[in-house]
Amino acid sequence: MIEARGLTKRYGRTLAVNDLSFTVQPGRVTGFLGPNGAGKSTTMRMILGLDRPTAGDVRIDGKRYADLKEPLRHVGALLDARWVHPNRSARAHLRWLAVSNRLPEKRVGEVLELVGLTQVAGRRAGGYSLGMSQRLGIAGALLGDPGVLLFDEPVNGLDPEGILWIRQFMHRLAAEGRTVFVSSHLLSEMALTAQDLVVIGRGRLISQTSTSAFIEAASGSTVRVRGPELGRLREVIVAGGLAADDAPASDEGPAALVVHGATTDAVGELAGRAGLVLHELAAQRGSLEQAFIQMTGGDVEYRTGTPVGVAAPAGGPVMAVPGQPAGAGILSGAAPAGKGEPR
Amino acid sequence: MTALTLVKVERIKLFSTRSPWWCIAAAMVLTVGFVALAAGLITDTDAQEFTAPQTQGPYRFGFMIMMIMAVLAVTTEYRFGTIRATFLAVPNRTSALLAKAAVIALVAAAVGEVAGVASWGLAKAIRGSEAPLDFYTARDYRVVFGVGLYYLVAAVFAVAIGVLIRQSAGAIALVLLWPLLVENLILIIPRVGDDIQKWLPFTAGNNFLAAGTDHVGNAGDGPGDMPFGPWGSLVYFAVITAALLALALVTAKRRDA
Repeated sequence: MIEARGLTKRYGRTLAVNDLSFTVQPGRVTGFLGPNGAGKSTTMRMILGLDRPTAGDVRIDGKRYADLKEPLRHVGALLDARWVHPNRSARAHLRWLAVSNRLPEKRVGEVLELVGLTQVAGRRAGGYSLGMSQRLGIAGALLGDPGVLLFDEPVNGLDPEGILWIRQFMHRLAAEGRTVFVSSHLLSEMALTAQDLVVIGRGRLISQTSTSAFIEAASGSTVRVRGPELGRLREVIVAGGLAADDAPASDEGPAALVVHGATTDAVGELAGRAGLVLHELAAQRGSLEQAFIQMTGGDVEYRTGTPVGVAAPAGGPVMAVPGQPAGAGILSGAAPAGKGEPR
Repeated sequence: MTALTLVKVERIKLFSTRSPWWCIAAAMVLTVGFVALAAGLITDTDAQEFTAPQTQGPYRFGFMIMMIMAVLAVTTEYRFGTIRATFLAVPNRTSALLAKAAVIALVAAAVGEVAGVASWGLAKAIRGSEAPLDFYTARDYRVVFGVGLYYLVAAVFAVAIGVLIRQSAGAIALVLLWPLLVENLILIIPRVGDDIQKWLPFTAGNNFLAAGTDHVGNAGDGPGDMPFGPWGSLVYFAVITAALLALALVTAKRRDA
């Protein structure tokens, strides 16, 4: 269990982490989600006692990291897979870690076997591929068989096989009753990996909920409806107390209406009672990225300017843009289309 | 975590990369090699004055290389992020860095000691018949067997510089330029330069080897009227080094890793 209370980190005039409080429960994978520059890594470094919080504190199973005796037995962390001397072999790297916390040296062989690096353990770590380095980092985190595990962007730059391997690995660790805290800026990845989410933007807590509740709350319910008499259809829907927007003809299909905060049942019944013909009636589920952007709104540190012609009113119904696949989008600098000038 | 455990950790870290081995080999070869060259090429007349302390003349080769090794042992940890892995494994940063300083100091002392004795032994093997290479005075013993002590303190000094500066290039430049240039060029300052020089750390450290005369009357090569005798000079250098190390430890503890 990890408990952060009022965690704050200030670098000069920049507030990297601002009064952040959250709890990470054991037995579950908790995703730590936020755009690049939101303060995820800084928070993780403060949890691990590498950075000193300006205010607040964070405890692991009730203790500060610095007060843990032989910390690798309690906490395993992979913050950066490149934190290995390139001319040192994987085995030597794990060996000094093991010795430092008086772990039996046979653990080195065990974790190498676990992550599948036994064959290359004698080679210099500088020659490893990113996937191999990531595995070495995980081996280091698992060395002390810790109850709490932290991973910072573990799937960054990995191929699909590596991503799947890490995802399954985390599920297994959580199933064993461990506390697993994984940061990512990839919401789609977190949706598959994490059961709980701690979402931050600009160093502030945006929400702490279960992943399913987060996606549901954020994506709302939107219905796309189309018929030969769009004008009358709109009148009927508005008369029924629902808000409808025009969706002009596009790649998605012919001109239609988008109804917010409604179900297909409600829209269908309204149309039926009015005796209107429908050619299309479909529930729209916004992509996870859109959900995320809606939630983090103005909390993206580096925002792009609004491209000409794509401008939407600030705070407009982002969810109304339908049909974006909930695939592997990257949230880095892609701020919501909004105010053109930087904040 | 006991001190012995941490020393073992730092020993594994130091010797599981290649550069310390190269540094040790280079220190040995250069130091002993130059003495062998000198012993072999010296004229018969000059050999009459080739004494035990003079076999330690090229000690600076090994001395500088050991300081570079000490700096690199720290700065590469910052460069590759392994210092963070270290502080995760050993949250008590002071203990971790003290263990590192201890291991490096011992390695440097051993190198200095072996190089010192080997230099003298080789010179004696080459010129033993003509040159007065036996031990006659306290200084003869001190220089040949004590040079490792000077290496030891200087290695700790370099570790402290490495922790404070964290960048390889800057820290190496400093440990090379300080003893070789700064402490010599200080004499350019009129009137007071000479007085300042006497109190500078490496001038004092060198006085540990240079003070006193050997039996044929060669005076040491340090400035005259040093404030301390040989052992006092070494202690003075060690005190300055300890203060610098304390500053480095406090800094490392305070700042974000």
